[in-house]
Amino acid sequence: MRGDQANRLNNGGLIDRSIALNFRFDGKTLFGFKGDTLASALVANGVKLVGRSFKYHRPRGILTAGSEEPNALVELRSGARREPNTKATTAELYEGLEAASQNRWPSLNFDVMSVNQLFAPIFVAGFYYKTFMWPAKFWEAIYEPAIRRAAGLGRAAQVSDPDHYDKVWAHCDVVIAGSGPAGLAAALAAARCGARVILCEEDFVLGGRLLADSGMIDGLPAAEWVARAVAELSAMPDVRIMTRTTLFGVYDGGTYGAIERVNDHLPTPPEHQVRQRLWRIVAKRCVVAAGAIERPIVFAGNDTPGVMMASAMRSYINRYAATPARRIALFTNNEDGWRTAETAIAAGLQVAAVIDARPDVSPAHRSLASKGGFPVLHGAVADVDGGKGGVRKISVSLTGGARAEVEADGLAVSGGWNPAVGLTSYHRGRPKWRDDIAAFVPDGAPPGMVAAGAANGSFGLGACLREGFEAGAAAARDAGRSGNAGSMPVADDEAFSITPLWHVAGKGKAFVDQQHDVTASDVELAQREGFQSVEHLKRYTTLGMATDQGKTSNVAGLAIMAAVSGKSIPETGTTIYRPPYVPVAIGAFAGHHRDENFHATRLTPSHHWAAEQGAIFIDTGLWKRAQWYPRTGEKDWLESVTREVKAVRGGVGFCDVSTLGKIDVHGPDAGAFLDRVYINAFSSLAVGKARYGLMLREDGIVYDDGTTSRLAEDHYFLTTTTAKAGLVMQHLEFCRQVLFPELDVQLTSVSDQWAQFSIAGPRTRDLLKEVVDPAEDLSNEGFPFMGAREVRLRGGLKARLFRISFSGEMAFEISVPARYGEAMARNLMIAGKPFGLTPYGTEALGVMRIEKGHVAGPELNGTTTAGDLGLGKMMSTKKDFIGRVMAGREALVAPNRQVVVGIKPTDKARRLRSGAHIIPKGETPGPDNDQGYVTSVCFSPVLDQWIGLGLVERGRERIGEIVRAHDPLRGEDYDVELCNSVFYDPDGGRQRG
Amino acid sequence: MRIICPFCGERELGEFTYLGDAKPQRPAADAGEDAVYDYVYLRDNIAGVMSEHWYHGGGCRTWLKVTRNTLTHEISAVEPAAGAGAAKVGA
Repeated sequence: MRGDQANRLNNGGLIDRSIALNFRFDGKTLFGFKGDTLASALVANGVKLVGRSFKYHRPRGILTAGSEEPNALVELRSGARREPNTKATTAELYEGLEAASQNRWPSLNFDVMSVNQLFAPIFVAGFYYKTFMWPAKFWEAIYEPAIRRAAGLGRAAQVSDPDHYDKVWAHCDVVIAGSGPAGLAAALAAARCGARVILCEEDFVLGGRLLADSGMIDGLPAAEWVARAVAELSAMPDVRIMTRTTLFGVYDGGTYGAIERVNDHLPTPPEHQVRQRLWRIVAKRCVVAAGAIERPIVFAGNDTPGVMMASAMRSYINRYAATPARRIALFTNNEDGWRTAETAIAAGLQVAAVIDARPDVSPAHRSLASKGGFPVLHGAVADVDGGKGGVRKISVSLTGGARAEVEADGLAVSGGWNPAVGLTSYHRGRPKWRDDIAAFVPDGAPPGMVAAGAANGSFGLGACLREGFEAGAAAARDAGRSGNAGSMPVADDEAFSITPLWHVAGKGKAFVDQQHDVTASDVELAQREGFQSVEHLKRYTTLGMATDQGKTSNVAGLAIMAAVSGKSIPETGTTIYRPPYVPVAIGAFAGHHRDENFHATRLTPSHHWAAEQGAIFIDTGLWKRAQWYPRTGEKDWLESVTREVKAVRGGVGFCDVSTLGKIDVHGPDAGAFLDRVYINAFSSLAVGKARYGLMLREDGIVYDDGTTSRLAEDHYFLTTTTAKAGLVMQHLEFCRQVLFPELDVQLTSVSDQWAQFSIAGPRTRDLLKEVVDPAEDLSNEGFPFMGAREVRLRGGLKARLFRISFSGEMAFEISVPARYGEAMARNLMIAGKPFGLTPYGTEALGVMRIEKGHVAGPELNGTTTAGDLGLGKMMSTKKDFIGRVMAGREALVAPNRQVVVGIKPTDKARRLRSGAHIIPKGETPGPDNDQGYVTSVCFSPVLDQWIGLGLVERGRERIGEIVRAHDPLRGEDYDVELCNSVFYDPDGGRQRG
Repeated sequence: MRIICPFCGERELGEFTYLGDAKPQRPAADAGEDAVYDYVYLRDNIAGVMSEHWYHGGGCRTWLKVTRNTLTHEISAVEPAAGAGAAKVGA
């Protein structure tokens, strides 16, 4: 079964005719062969119309045979794997491939929106800016959605991508982009010298232009030479050849980005395999042998299906044995274009005419024309007569003014070649203009990179081999490899002569950027309206901003701009080149970092036990913390949390607080060091004692807080908040290493080494007696409030015990090595059974800290001072510390600052909400009367009402004042009373008891 | 970008955190508010070679003084902070 394939040549090509592949395009079943791209298979089946254009919905065909394709974009695959804007020219054909044309409704042949062509005169550059100016509110609601429906290309899948993507690193001496003659020669030279080489080729076959344009190398036909070179490279252990891999970017320090389409050529990736792989390649040297891209000439009707780049036509005929037309006309301004006429004749196709813009044609080509029986017309294509059925007739304006008509069903166009200057220009490099080839070539490159061959503007086969070989050998040498590169491959250089021609003036639409539907007259309009800089031209007309990034259009666009503004092309210049060279799926950048693997998950030591209890977990940073422990019959979280709080305040509860940052501070200067990083003194702290400490940033704003204990003369144990654990470590290391290198102190992060539990409530000591060795004195005298020391547990395990309280109750925190954390939780539950021990989560923890007026994250918000938090008196006046001087600035000690105060609604039944703004009674809510806001709220089981903390102007002086809580987001406005921030046990008797 | 950590060798950018200009020195305790204000807020915005603080948080936790060209990202020198490592100044 091979189907019709009416335009398949009977022999030749790099396709495997023994493997016929069935595929569907717009629902129609067609056949191709293994080795085809979707585009070549469509060509073989005589399909000319493959899509509708972006703005005018004009019928479009296939323009190129590579990744520069602007027109032949399809939706590939279906369902969750549907991939819009896929280039048919690079999509490998596989059995069962499904593709659909884009941007047409109801069908490709009859597209309603092609009516846009009638309105073409108004769809000019800047159309949207000019037309949809006002009313402004119409833009989001009406204009933009309507425009988005009419314009745009393919449809995204709208569902989660079922495939996996990988990200990997590779290191080598020399990375080479492209496997044409220059790339292969570079790889041979570098590898023979002993370099570790990575060769990246975006195609699925190695050889580059040698796959389409034959030639003789070292006396062998090019294809044979390629096979020999590949065999030699494959046999070398330090050479990695990566096909289907595009080197898309260069980054600092010799790092390169490459995308490998591992399984895009299969319907679905095999099990356990990835779809694509993002490579970050670190290479000492890079040879860019990415070749050149043939450029179109802009003339009326140049987007008609059947108009194709001359080199692409050769690719389809020679590589794929598929002929885009039967009777071909060629329009060229350079010597290279003639190769297509030679190819057509060799393939037995008719050449209708060659239209050459140059004044002279070589004698060899003249005799080819007479042998082939076709005319050579000096002049340019003025118009193309055709439509969705393809090219029918070509109108030529001859040099001298006469006109001629050529009947053909295909038009090959060659406007010369643009070296692929992307990679060499990504570090804001500006390519330089070369008159002899009428093209931009690299002018320098990022460190370690060099361009060779066509990418460097050397188009001859011999020159490509020579430059590639020399660049490869030099790269190996620079990478420290001293082997022998052997003999250089040799070939003749073809002549290359060009007479630049960018734009043939005429009636009808002449497209510069076919993917974005930018015409020559749009460029001229932009110039008239003052958008003369190429960067403005690009943004105003959107030239070069489509997914093809203007690979076939940018240079023509700026050449037209140069002509209309009376400047030279180099004066007009190029826009900035930016990676990626080809579109890269976001999925590839994300790799496996998606869904539950988006970031690491940290579990507390008691996590599995808590999960068994049915705990509800909350994400706090990377941690999962138990938020509350629901019990059967409880109707909502508030009921569970209230029960937990009451259990602690009335008996005993425990909570895993291992997420706090923990840092061991060792050394003879440990105390002096802490004195400098905390606002209060720690050198004076007695061994066996803990103290609450507050750190400022150097600008005087509060940074972090926590308790720090002195376990020995030269050993402190410091805790941080959960959120700032890593940052405080970094800050302290900065203080130690950079600010105070003279202090003999060492820091060790032990956050993950210790499991820490808070045990709180009046029956805490009863419980601890069951856990701690009876020899340890836990009495108020033996272990007073703020005591801290190592203890032995029943069974002999050593633990650290801290008599600190966040809840306001009699409480201890107990630390055991993390591996005992889960056992500790289970043991506590057993030992605590007689006392009704209740596990509590972060909600209850939060309720109790608000009842006690302790500040936490919402108050330590990066704008508050120690004074704002009511902790100003802690600031030592006897020592220097980080933030001391700046904290004394006028504005930071101003009496009208917003400070922490307690807040409770006057209506006890009213729920208080954080975020509500505090407005004085009788004033209109607004920025001028905004005196602060509610930072933290909870339902207090003790007071049986909602309470909160807030930052309120002069709050502490206004205790008892009734103000308004104004909450426009929730549409609430109610009276609240400012009160003491310590709602519960203000004299602290319970925690000291 | 790649930084050669004196303790860990050449490592990629993702392991490091940037802080900023390494030139300003923390003023002495009695230097006064203006000096501290300059230290905290005033920074040269150098287009060219600059000495910067970088933190190797994904490695040895050393603070590094990196000499970098802000125009080209070329790194010409990397040295550990004075108090990095275990040995102390004068110890």
